[in-house]
Amino acid sequence: MAAALCTIGGARAGADELRPYTVVGDAIPAPLTGAPGDPERGRAIVGNRQVGLCLLCHTGPFREEHFQGNLAPDLTGAGARASAGQLRLRIVDASRLNPDTIMPPYYRVDGLERVAANFRGKSILSAEQIEDVIAFLVTLKD
Amino acid sequence: MTEIAFAFRCVLSSVLIGTTLAAAGEIPMSERRSGYDMMSADTKAMQDDDTANPASLWVLEGETLWSTKTTNNKSCADCHGDTAQSMKGIAARYPAFDTKLNKPIDLGQRINLCRAEHQNATPFAPESRELLALTAFVARQSRGSPIVQDDPKMQPAIAAGRALFEQRLGQLNLSCAQCHDDNWGKQLAGSTIPQAHPTGYPIYRLEWQSLGSLQRRLRNCLFGQRTELYAFDAPEMIALEAFLMWRARGMPMDAPGVRP
Ligand code: HEC
Ligand code: HEC
Ligand code: HEC
Repeated sequence: MAAALCTIGGARAGADELRPYTVVGDAIPAPLTGAPGDPERGRAIVGNRQVGLCLLCHTGPFREEHFQGNLAPDLTGAGARASAGQLRLRIVDASRLNPDTIMPPYYRVDGLERVAANFRGKSILSAEQIEDVIAFLVTLKD
Repeated sequence: MTEIAFAFRCVLSSVLIGTTLAAAGEIPMSERRSGYDMMSADTKAMQDDDTANPASLWVLEGETLWSTKTTNNKSCADCHGDTAQSMKGIAARYPAFDTKLNKPIDLGQRINLCRAEHQNATPFAPESRELLALTAFVARQSRGSPIVQDDPKMQPAIAAGRALFEQRLGQLNLSCAQCHDDNWGKQLAGSTIPQAHPTGYPIYRLEWQSLGSLQRRLRNCLFGQRTELYAFDAPEMIALEAFLMWRARGMPMDAPGVRP
């Protein structure tokens, strides 16, 4: 992975503004928000097929969810395999780690084609939701 | 239709993306499998038995409409006669190029043309019960017929459909090919990803509890990608249909199918 140091801002008049963030190597070390994320809320987001969508593709430690995907690695142990910063870049825009990835860019609004009107200019998750998801993923140590 | 270019796009990563675009892996002809092939034994049995296949209701209704005369005293049967003869293999080669309109049309549009031109009647709305019934009745006559898509005049539509199939779309930034070429057979939550061969349309989809066209099925996938939908019968929809039929060329029709 090319170690790039670059900042993107999703600012566009009239649209939900994305907060700027800084990529360092394969990570976004600094949280997107001032307040820390909440792991309970993060778990609910990851487990929700309309909100996080994660279990469409991933399996994970969610015994109550009977239908989980097998298009992507099991999320069990994700917090042991990667740092919070690495997880943050993965969720924000996984295409920076693997340009061919099928994992959607959760915090990006540019470079997308024909987005449905109700989602246009909006990222899949908000900065707060992403911090909640990170707070949950880092608890998945084994 | 990318919106306004963004201010601080990371140059390095866009170069990276530009150079490593992998071509979607096309499914070799010998490995093609229809949605039917991938269904559970129960769902296959439901499709195979006309008395259990819920689509039979529409087929019967279509048969009635087929011989119903309109205001100009013409029924489909008056001109086309015995469907088992006249309509055999027809659904297997639509969309087809209409020389009068000078554009490709799908089977539903063809039936509506006959209604307007030959029956002096108002065309049925897309996805209306009547249009689905007639389409199902006509498509039923193609059971077992191999899909044909070899008219050179269809090439531009097939090429446009292929481009759409391979393009990432919507808020989720996924292409059809990423699921249906690259990940078929895997689980998207509870659903097995099929190869997307349109052999069974119109289908009775258990999730819809109703009959629906190929266009409706495509809209479901576009909706899932969070893509702005194309209108029914838009050139993009016909192009996607044409490409999918070309991609499934030679495969036998099993319409009207039952699908999960
Ligand atoms: C459309 C499918 C898809 C969705 C939806 C998706 N992912 Fe992924 N994800 C992948 C794939 C595929 C990979 C494997 C790496 C790659 O191809 O980029 C991956 C990799 C990951 C990894 C790194 C895995 C590891 O431990 O090596 C994490 C963590 C992750 N995803 C978390 C999430 C979370 C959290 C969500 C929901 C907010 C999510 N993913 C939604 C497809 C998906
Ligand atoms: C995220 C993965 C995904 C994407 C992207 C996707 N599909 Fe699908 N598609 C599915 C799944 C899963 C099903 C089966 C649903 C079910 O069984 O309930 C399906 C079903 C279909 C079928 C029905 C096949 C049959 O046997 O009747 C067609 C045709 C199809 N898709 C075409 C497309 C097209 C065209 C696109 C792009 C516009 C597309 N799909 C995008 C996952 C996807
Ligand atoms: C007055 C005669 C007439 C009536 C009534 C009529 N059609 Fe047709 N149909 C034609 C002719 C003629 C064609 C050939 C294309 C053309 O010239 O319009 C055709 C073509 C078709 C085709 C395409 C066949 C192919 O080879 O591609 C289908 C399908 C079809 N008709 C279905 C129907 C249905 C269903 C009805 C009733 C709703 C109907 N037609 C009513 C005369 C008729």
